[in-house]
Amino acid sequence: MARLRLQGIEKSYGNVHAVRGVDLDVAEGEFTVLVGPSGCGKSTLLRCIAGLEEVDAGTVTIGDDAVNNVRPRDRNLAMVFQNYALYPYMNVRENIAFGLKARRTPADEIETRVRRAAGMLGIESLLDRLPRQLSGGQRQRVAIGRAIVRDARLFLFDEPLSNLDAQLRDEMRTEIKRLHQELGKTMIYVTHDQIEAMTLADRIVLLREGVIEQAGAPLDLFERPVSRFVARFLGSPPINFIPGRLVDEAGAGLAVRCGEDAVFALPPERAAALASRAGSDVILGIRPEHITGRAHVGGRRGHFVPHRVVIDLVQPTGTRLHGTFTLAGIEVLAELQAHDVERPGETIEVLFDMQRAIIIDPTSDRVIQGD
Amino acid sequence: MKRRRRHSTALRFAAAVLLLVVFLFPIYWLFMIAFKTPEEIFSSPPTWYPASIQFDNFRGLFKSGDAKTVFNSLFIAGTSTLIAMFLGTIAAYSLARFRTGGENLAVWIISQRMIPPIAIVFPLFLLYVWLGWVDTYHGLILLYTAFNLPYVIWMMRGYIEDVPLELEESALVDGCTRWGALLKVVFPMVRNGLFATAVFTFVFAWNDFIFALVMTRSEVTTYPVQVTHYFGAQSNFWAKIAAMSVLGAAPVFLAVAFLQRYLVRGISLGAVKG
Repeated sequence: MARLRLQGIEKSYGNVHAVRGVDLDVAEGEFTVLVGPSGCGKSTLLRCIAGLEEVDAGTVTIGDDAVNNVRPRDRNLAMVFQNYALYPYMNVRENIAFGLKARRTPADEIETRVRRAAGMLGIESLLDRLPRQLSGGQRQRVAIGRAIVRDARLFLFDEPLSNLDAQLRDEMRTEIKRLHQELGKTMIYVTHDQIEAMTLADRIVLLREGVIEQAGAPLDLFERPVSRFVARFLGSPPINFIPGRLVDEAGAGLAVRCGEDAVFALPPERAAALASRAGSDVILGIRPEHITGRAHVGGRRGHFVPHRVVIDLVQPTGTRLHGTFTLAGIEVLAELQAHDVERPGETIEVLFDMQRAIIIDPTSDRVIQGD
Repeated sequence: MKRRRRHSTALRFAAAVLLLVVFLFPIYWLFMIAFKTPEEIFSSPPTWYPASIQFDNFRGLFKSGDAKTVFNSLFIAGTSTLIAMFLGTIAAYSLARFRTGGENLAVWIISQRMIPPIAIVFPLFLLYVWLGWVDTYHGLILLYTAFNLPYVIWMMRGYIEDVPLELEESALVDGCTRWGALLKVVFPMVRNGLFATAVFTFVFAWNDFIFALVMTRSEVTTYPVQVTHYFGAQSNFWAKIAAMSVLGAAPVFLAVAFLQRYLVRGISLGAVKG
């Protein structure tokens, strides 16, 4: 078990600059999730850590050792691959024991460790089966077993759940989280799935085009995104972006005007911070769950600004109801409560929680934090 | 309806048997000659099978030393196959995994195999004369190795490319060296292809006539060349031709019989992706 430090990592494939100067510190025992859309460089970064790719520039440090010139086998890592990478001609026991054998572990110790790993994953009864006789979920367990059986310094997961169906994915996600709590190992996990990232991570590292867009605790990124990209990437259903303008009309304090008739006043402390920007175009970012029906804000903290809208699309999800309306030419989704709207075409008053809304500079796409 | 179907099955079966008899008869005849006495061979009307199985024809081959040519063939074909398989497989690995030579090197290599042997055998002969390699074991072994390498590289490259890269990477992370991953992961995965390719490589060297004819004199004559010595201007030594042919066919029969399992899988391997 060890900490990991990346300093100025660069990696190109031909003309494709996959990783551009990434700095990252992962503390001992931390569960870090590298997340981002495909092609953002997250897998490349993981492969650089594993030693499967050589970095073009920068330093990879595991524990106290710079490992740039160390072969994968000598970095003492364990890695779980997207396609399981089980050896088809070996049974489950041999698959799990492979890494231990390659490191010349005594046979009786191998047996003990394989049993313990299989026990943790509930696959003791499968030890004599071949991979092709296993279901997808069982294969994934074996692949994880092969990693945890070793006393590796660092555990790397490369999109391990993306080949599983939705239900199994939830199950295995819980399993991985539990394993991390039990083992307390440093884990680096790559995924493009924001739900996996949010639920598993101690810390999320959101990558975009080879650079870290934002890194921090899941809720930090969710509540305080630094850019439009981060705000859109996290959260489901996705955040609404409504074009508008910062105005200070009739001395009523700073507000965001969207379209003709919608004016959303900002809470006083935010208004003060953004005062110097008055008159400039902005994008109002607000999550569907922060646009609510009037009956449901009782007791909740926030700065609620009412606005009357015509709901033209209604999608009940059970306890909630997704209602769509048009504002400033943009379709906006609100997460209302069931029965807030009965049928499309109804006009209702919704409340925008401007405490939680974000204000984005449309030219830079960065969130305006205030001066 | 049912009856008609039974009818057509019977017809097809009869046709298959007929074809089989037509094609197998010459082979049957050759094998029978090998076990016949000289009188039986030339008797008229011909006898369909020897009155008693006797091995005098084979004994004659061993006594005269002609049987040695079969062992020459075995040694030369076997050694060249081993060398070509070893060099070819690691070259194929390099092409498949490190993209050595880019996209075109592999095609360039296999194109070497398309040269008709007759087009290069005489220039090579002159070279061999100059090197003093005519009528030597290493001369022929090297020639067959060189000629088979493109085939081995091409075939093994295909098999290796079908091994998921992640399996190897997993082995590397788990504690293997490149060579370790090659031995423990890649080789078991391409085993069938390895055997299938080896059999074809061996059979090429085993059956080659033109190189052996030009490059050998008397020391390392291979069995196909030896068989031609029995066709004389005055008469043909049918007993020897037949016995030598049986000896020559035997190793290939055995190899195919024992490796059939791998051969079938190896040949169909990679035919369907996934």
